[in-house]
Amino acid sequence: MADNDIKSMTEGMEAPVLDTVAFSSPPELGKATVAVVTSASLHHPDQDDFAPQDVGFRVLEGNRRDYQMGHWSPNFDTIGFASDMNTVIPLDRLDELVLEGKVGKVSDVHLSYAGNQFDLSAVQMDSGPAGAKLLREKGVDVVILTPV
Amino acid sequence: MSAVAHIFEAAGMATIVLGSIRKQIESTAPPRGLMCDFPLGRPLGKPNDPAFQHRVLDQAFKLLAATEQVLEEFPEAIEDEGSEMLACPLPPRSNADLHPALDEVRGLRPAYDRALEQYGNRAATGRVISADQIEEAMSAFIRVTDGVPWKEAGIPGIPSRVAQDIRGFYELAALGLSDHVPAAWSGTRWYFNSTEGGKLVLAARAAMRDAGESQPIWFYMAPGDQ
Repeated sequence: MADNDIKSMTEGMEAPVLDTVAFSSPPELGKATVAVVTSASLHHPDQDDFAPQDVGFRVLEGNRRDYQMGHWSPNFDTIGFASDMNTVIPLDRLDELVLEGKVGKVSDVHLSYAGNQFDLSAVQMDSGPAGAKLLREKGVDVVILTPV
Repeated sequence: MSAVAHIFEAAGMATIVLGSIRKQIESTAPPRGLMCDFPLGRPLGKPNDPAFQHRVLDQAFKLLAATEQVLEEFPEAIEDEGSEMLACPLPPRSNADLHPALDEVRGLRPAYDRALEQYGNRAATGRVISADQIEEAMSAFIRVTDGVPWKEAGIPGIPSRVAQDIRGFYELAALGLSDHVPAAWSGTRWYFNSTEGGKLVLAARAAMRDAGESQPIWFYMAPGDQ
């Protein structure tokens, strides 16, 4: 079992075809609100676990640290996240950047999707725009996206 | 992640995608991408290493200055050679009447509980079974290796999900037995190669495969290259 063997199993997957490539310019980072969006299927213990082909998202509250891994794939290391959540959702690091004045604010909420999707149409048409709307309404300017 | 990034950009937010698979981040072409050659599951690279994680974030945030689509590479790679295995003591047999895997689970429980207290339950058990149900689940897998069809063996949930809870139990116990965070995949290799529990799950998976069961039922009980 080796990381490159696992990666080689997925690297040939067909990439989604996008009609447009959007590109937004953020405000100065020191005045920006930053959120994390992950495809690690994280959720709080009191939220529904992810279903095998779950195209929805979970809202992760930033003032909690009880994130659990709900991903269905066995094809990644989980001990790193088990020992330090910042390996996947680096909120402690972002808090430190706020204290240093490098980041304006860490969002109160973050989002988690399930990365093990073969059909992205529902994410593209439904849960993706819904998640974006939610974060925009929370004043988020910059999003860091993390896989597993 | 890249598909979501495009949607978020269209909604007015600037995005930075961290990618661990080179061909994937190249083909999905996010608005701003940072290729980080780190093991899968560790997009920030090194657990419990704030300085390293800050270097990743610093480089990621530099991409915000880009005025057009950009893909850069983080200069430090973390290689997994596929051979490093966690050196982790396993409990000696204490009850010769028990299946070795069940005896092992009982012996590991104090380490699991100790790690649970220290780290919490981020990726251990609870998807479908609790730590108290690990023995029940493993007993079901023992029956599968004895030839009982998986649907009649009493597996307390979808086999792959139950297998994830068992792996999570072992890997958290490994944290309780180790004085350092294991290198990526080394805990998983330890589980599948060294422990009776990991060997049992692989044997049950092989039995289901050999019995002609549907591939999705057994395949995801272990990493795909197993």
